[in-house]
Amino acid sequence: MLHACRALLTVAAAVASKSWWETIAMTPSAPASTDPRIAQVIRRHGARADALIEVLHQVQELHGYLAPEVLREVATGMGLPLSRVHGVASFYHLFRLEPPTAHRCAVCLGTACYVKGGAQVAARIEQRLGVRLDDAAGDGVWALQHVSCLGACGQAPVLVVDGELMTRLSVDPPEALDARLEAAGLPQRTTT
Amino acid sequence: MPVTPQLRCCDASGCRSAGGQALRRALEEARDAAGLTAEALAIKPVGCLRLCGSGPLVACDGPGPSQLFGGVAPEHAGALIAASVAANDGSAAVSDDPLAAHRLDLSDPFFALQQPVVLEGCGQVNPESIDDAIAFGTYAQLHRVLQELTPEQVRDEVRRSGLRGRGGAGYPTGLKWDTVALQPPGPRYVVCNADEGDPGAFMDRSVLESDPHRLIEGMAIAAYAVGAERGFVYVRAEYPLAIERLRLALQQARSRHLLGNHIDGTSFNLRLEVRVGAGAYVCGEETALLLSIQGQRGMPQPRPPFPAQSGLWGAPTLINNVETFTAVPAILRQGGHWYAGIGTEHSKGTKVFALSGAVVNTGLVEVPMGTPLRTVVEVIGGGVPDGSPIKAVQTGGPSGGCIPAERLDTPVDYESLLELGSMMGSGGMVVMGASTSMPEVARHFMGFSVNESCGKCVPCRAGTVQLAQLLDRFVEHRATPADMERLDALCQMVKVTSLCGLGQSAPNPVLSTLRWFRHEYEAACREPAACVAAGGVER
Repeated sequence: MLHACRALLTVAAAVASKSWWETIAMTPSAPASTDPRIAQVIRRHGARADALIEVLHQVQELHGYLAPEVLREVATGMGLPLSRVHGVASFYHLFRLEPPTAHRCAVCLGTACYVKGGAQVAARIEQRLGVRLDDAAGDGVWALQHVSCLGACGQAPVLVVDGELMTRLSVDPPEALDARLEAAGLPQRTTT
Repeated sequence: MPVTPQLRCCDASGCRSAGGQALRRALEEARDAAGLTAEALAIKPVGCLRLCGSGPLVACDGPGPSQLFGGVAPEHAGALIAASVAANDGSAAVSDDPLAAHRLDLSDPFFALQQPVVLEGCGQVNPESIDDAIAFGTYAQLHRVLQELTPEQVRDEVRRSGLRGRGGAGYPTGLKWDTVALQPPGPRYVVCNADEGDPGAFMDRSVLESDPHRLIEGMAIAAYAVGAERGFVYVRAEYPLAIERLRLALQQARSRHLLGNHIDGTSFNLRLEVRVGAGAYVCGEETALLLSIQGQRGMPQPRPPFPAQSGLWGAPTLINNVETFTAVPAILRQGGHWYAGIGTEHSKGTKVFALSGAVVNTGLVEVPMGTPLRTVVEVIGGGVPDGSPIKAVQTGGPSGGCIPAERLDTPVDYESLLELGSMMGSGGMVVMGASTSMPEVARHFMGFSVNESCGKCVPCRAGTVQLAQLLDRFVEHRATPADMERLDALCQMVKVTSLCGLGQSAPNPVLSTLRWFRHEYEAACREPAACVAAGGVER
């Protein structure tokens, strides 16, 4: 009993320290047992049903994705049916229900990027990484998804590599594009 | 008034991604190295300076006319500081100007033909400083409205201005405000739709990143005019900087008692909150947006009841777009008649467009309604970079259409664009050159609609998939004359029978390209001659 209390205290103290936060936020793994941080997020929003999307955003930030047991915890904590929580989590594109790969590229295929060769950028990356566009599993390390517009149309075509926006990619000649991709850390997995 | 010498550095996300922040740090170091103080030469982060394609942008103010520099690297910082010093002490310009290649001509039509109303403060004020916003005049109209005008008078002024919803549908704003205000007594809400999802549109993002206080002022005035005490700004999650700045601005406004209880010593209370979307295009549709604010799946509902009658938690709710709210302070300052004097008979005022695609000058443009499309894309935009003719201009995103080159003399207003089978939309304008294939564009948009259909009604959920498969046949040159007929018929069916705007307008990119570029579809058939012979229904 005493042991359990002390363990809880350690967690609470650790939560208060920012560095611990950051390490955990970057590790996309969900603990098997309940996570006190989820209850905390819910409490911060007063467990109001209308805060569900905001709660899911924050929980995803903590865990990297929304695992089934996490959704169950959110449902219990907010006093909502699991069907409602799952319904919302699966409706919105930005909520991930599967663990993400360590590295991610998002290629913009909005109209401006499309007109300026966004599809060629996507094809080149597919070829380079040996992954398929919008296959969330990717090659286990890298995955490539599309986004429909980042509002950076003035700098088209654009690409996001691990949260970093790359702009004005030139698709012609392909070597110039390769150099930019190389600089961004995209490995050459396949031979061209 | 003496002009304080200053350098305005664009710190909106476009210029940031082009290295704007590193440039600003380099400028501050160069200023220190030159022995100048922050008072002698202010270096101020500002919002969008319009010509996003040439970022990072820096404007240099002094006693003379302002100068603008683009594509400036940190190593030019010293030269830029020297140039602003020279401009301020009136010394002769250096004969060998190291910045010559970076000077942008402010008398160029791109800048000269713009008429900033919504974007007045954009690029002028520091978006993270409420003091700067107040010094620029923001919140002065809220103050005047609360002290001097009744809600009816505010609504009268907005009605007089002829302002129409800038989100795309063009519903008269004054009428919408009246509808909400005249509902039976009880709580009301104001909601700002900042879920700017149309690919090719970045006007709202620019306003949020550049002048968030102006939007808050507009929303507060609207809330007063309709009797609301609570409101939300629904922003898409893809705009992190906009969200950050809006949250900061709201916090600053609360700490100055410009939001909260007893604003300006009156009995007017207002609580505003930010709600962040989660990547669903359909949430730009107002009924879906309201459900999303309430933490639910963003699925459109049949109207009526309209949100003005029954919106958030069943209460009358005013929903307007970012640009609509942001236009309000200027309308109250200059008067509705002034605003109504700009633009055309049925489309008053100015409109902000996001110009991108195959065009020399990409960026943000605010022009009077009724400006010919040609002026926007050829004169202001500078045409296609390689000098070849423009093939088409896409407006209205996935709900709009492609306007062919031969119709470029059409004035840009709500009705004219609808007549051409496109629509105003929120203001994205993507220029297409000769190399863009129209059936491919149509398939591109249909793929978008397939992804974004919420799945509630069958015509949209299944119809868009069928349309995408039909378009595949054209793109892959295996279409038959029967496919051509099917494409026509299915477009009409989806358009007429879908529940919400997303489904109803999903066929527009196909219909408009079929109308203006039918020959490309015919040429894309397996046996082009057969398709031509089969003809088609002319619209």
